[in-house]
Amino acid sequence: MGRYVLRRLLQLIPVFLGTTFIIYTLVWAIPSDPFAGKCGQRPCPPEYVAKMRADFNLDDNLFVQYVKYLGKLFTGDFGQTFSGVKVGTLIADAYPITIRLAVIALVIEGVIGLVAGVLTGLRKNGFLDNLVLVATLFLISLPVFFTGYVLKVGFGISVSSTAPLGDLIVPGFVLGSLSMAYVARLTRTSIAENRRADFVRTAIAKGLPGSRVVGVHLLRNSVIPVVTFLGTDLGALMGGAIVTEGVFNIHGIGGLVFINIQQQQGVVVTGVVTLLVLVYLAMSLIVDLLYAVLDPRIRYE
Amino acid sequence: MGKRRKTAILVALPAAVALLATGCGGGGGGAGGGDSNGAVSIYGTEPQHPLTPGNTNEQGGIRVVDELYAGLVGFDPTTAKPYNLMAESITPSSDAKVYDIKIKHGWKFHDGTEVKAHNFVDAWNYAALATNAQINADFFAQIQGYDEVHPEDPKAKPTAQTMSGLKVLGDYEFQATLRAPFSVFPVKVGYEGFDPLPDVFFKDPKGFESHPIGNGPMKFVSYVPNQDIQLTRFDGYQGQDAVHFKDVDIKTYSDLNAAYSDLKGGQLDFLDLMPPAALVGDTYKADLPGRTLNSSLIDIDAIAVPYYVPGYNNPDLRKAISMAIDRDGIIKQVLNNAYDAANSYFSPSLDGNVPNSCEYCKYDPDAAKSAFARSGFTGKLTIASNSDGGHKEALTAVCNSITKVLGVACDFVPQTSLGQFRSMITSHQATGMVRSDWSADYPSVEDFLNPIYKTGASSNDATYSNPQVDALLAQADSTADAAGAIKLYQQAEALIAKDLPNIPLWSEKGTAGYSSKLSAAKLSWKRQPDLPSFRLA
Repeated sequence: MGRYVLRRLLQLIPVFLGTTFIIYTLVWAIPSDPFAGKCGQRPCPPEYVAKMRADFNLDDNLFVQYVKYLGKLFTGDFGQTFSGVKVGTLIADAYPITIRLAVIALVIEGVIGLVAGVLTGLRKNGFLDNLVLVATLFLISLPVFFTGYVLKVGFGISVSSTAPLGDLIVPGFVLGSLSMAYVARLTRTSIAENRRADFVRTAIAKGLPGSRVVGVHLLRNSVIPVVTFLGTDLGALMGGAIVTEGVFNIHGIGGLVFINIQQQQGVVVTGVVTLLVLVYLAMSLIVDLLYAVLDPRIRYE
Repeated sequence: MGKRRKTAILVALPAAVALLATGCGGGGGGAGGGDSNGAVSIYGTEPQHPLTPGNTNEQGGIRVVDELYAGLVGFDPTTAKPYNLMAESITPSSDAKVYDIKIKHGWKFHDGTEVKAHNFVDAWNYAALATNAQINADFFAQIQGYDEVHPEDPKAKPTAQTMSGLKVLGDYEFQATLRAPFSVFPVKVGYEGFDPLPDVFFKDPKGFESHPIGNGPMKFVSYVPNQDIQLTRFDGYQGQDAVHFKDVDIKTYSDLNAAYSDLKGGQLDFLDLMPPAALVGDTYKADLPGRTLNSSLIDIDAIAVPYYVPGYNNPDLRKAISMAIDRDGIIKQVLNNAYDAANSYFSPSLDGNVPNSCEYCKYDPDAAKSAFARSGFTGKLTIASNSDGGHKEALTAVCNSITKVLGVACDFVPQTSLGQFRSMITSHQATGMVRSDWSADYPSVEDFLNPIYKTGASSNDATYSNPQVDALLAQADSTADAAGAIKLYQQAEALIAKDLPNIPLWSEKGTAGYSSKLSAAKLSWKRQPDLPSFRLA
């Protein structure tokens, strides 16, 4: 187990270098001058452009730029935006909000999705099953911005700029609604399939109480695909939710990346996305380790 | 220390009680009404540059800079008429080349230091110096000695640190000598870039940026990137544009629709533009009963027809295109009536505008057809623009109108970003017509001609060059008498309207809305909330 974790952690290094380089190249390779449109209809003063290009190493070749950037990154300096704001500050302001939103969304989709999935999986083709099927189909077919605006206007939701936990419940529901539907359906199929598995029949034959059969034997084995889904979903949620954040004017990480891609602020985009890559890699590692906990047949050596 | 504080509280407490008592008594009968210590929140976008006058040039930053600093001249929010704000007087010499500027006594920066003449001169010199790489440096180009602090060649080193044309004559008086006569200078100094800076700025410009100190009606409290900027009233302010509330929270939005629904829900107090969806069928008027505003923005949207594009150097083609555009129809069908059709090269609300001075700006399909036949043009027409910001729909409609009337193919060519689009124009690589919109930096007809139609001017997108126009503009610049200057600018416009380097399309009407927390508000000609006119309900 320890060796496996170590090996996975070592794999992070090339992945980290590769992704940051690709992202850096892509952002800076956008074929236009980030300072061309900065002064509206007038061209910017050439001294201003020259100073900015020098400050952001834009006149070096791409590889030198990247190495300079990486060097700074290792000293904990994420660089600064064109307007002189530290990227570290931007991330520190936005990330806690995104994490709060992601956790709320995950809890909502996990709890509601799992409960609905288990109930319908156990009572296939009943009234509840059909209700959940129709409801999830409805949720899946609705675009997020629609659900978002309806709930925002319907409940008169306003998220204050610091985005405390209470303000984020409805946005979290909107964000998690689609995945909630998937979780419910995944769980339902998995439960329905495993109900006839040998180990469940054995457990029932041993005379175990129904709650234990379902809660421990059946659920633990059925939940593996759901955990995979939830794990990667959390990784995706941590990457921010541009649409949901936009609808509720939440200043999380998604909007930050979106705005800065538009403004060609490569320093911000690379900084944030680098962090996201790390989060995503960590999430997938945790998911892989969870498999071993859930399913005794899976061992990592 | 502790003891002194206690006595301070003992003194302050009865005073506060007394204030409260009088506040309660007088509140009902007050003329203006409302809570003068309340707070408002307004829509904002993330500033693109540090919040200093020399380095701010876009809406999101100007919104803040306008409140933090006060310049020599202010403008009426509705009529755009200039008035002396910090200036006691601005006296031109008879040839409009030397300006003697006296400033008012006793005005203070937010740090308590007095605003003196050298604060203006130092700020202007700082902004103009090439090595400081300030974005508004060009605005000082008319001052004598600018070419020494800011050489034409970007690689050359400045040969002086200060402009020879600026002289401090005392604590409250300074003199500006221009390189050539320029009669609009007293209006131009109302642009944000000419605001003064306190002495602390020059000691540590970088540190100043994180906590700017100005001389304006509101002082800086906090700035959280991508969240909000908070300002509070500066009680020592002496200008006529003081605010009648205490705090303002400028909230950063990335989505206009989100801002609009916050406005409807009362979580935002002022929004200076309506999302397109709210304009359809005047929805916003029903959503915000009695709380909508219209103002006349000083701007003009046009399409430039570059002379270097093969086949475009053809007056008949230009006339044909212009007369083939059904401006009123497009405004009604595509632009939700949020614009006024252009019939001159100026914004309609500008002093000196002559209605219908552009004779070819009228929709006239028959005349357009015969002009097009005379032009002998063959091939395809294109209009390029960045496609975000709603430009695509309007310009596609323009193309459709041209095709319908002239029977010539016309395509909208989208560009991915404003940056890419502008660099295509400045490097003269356009292969067709291009969108060329203009908003006034300062309210003068001069600002609608010199930067756009003078030979080699910075925003001359059409690469237009007419020696007669250049001569008239130079003559108008050097006419000290304002009315006489306007006449000459009008003559220049008449010549331009015959050549049609740009084809004027329309001017935007400003549309804003406010929450029920406010009882009065105004939108300025710059599309900025006019905070001095805000009254809390």
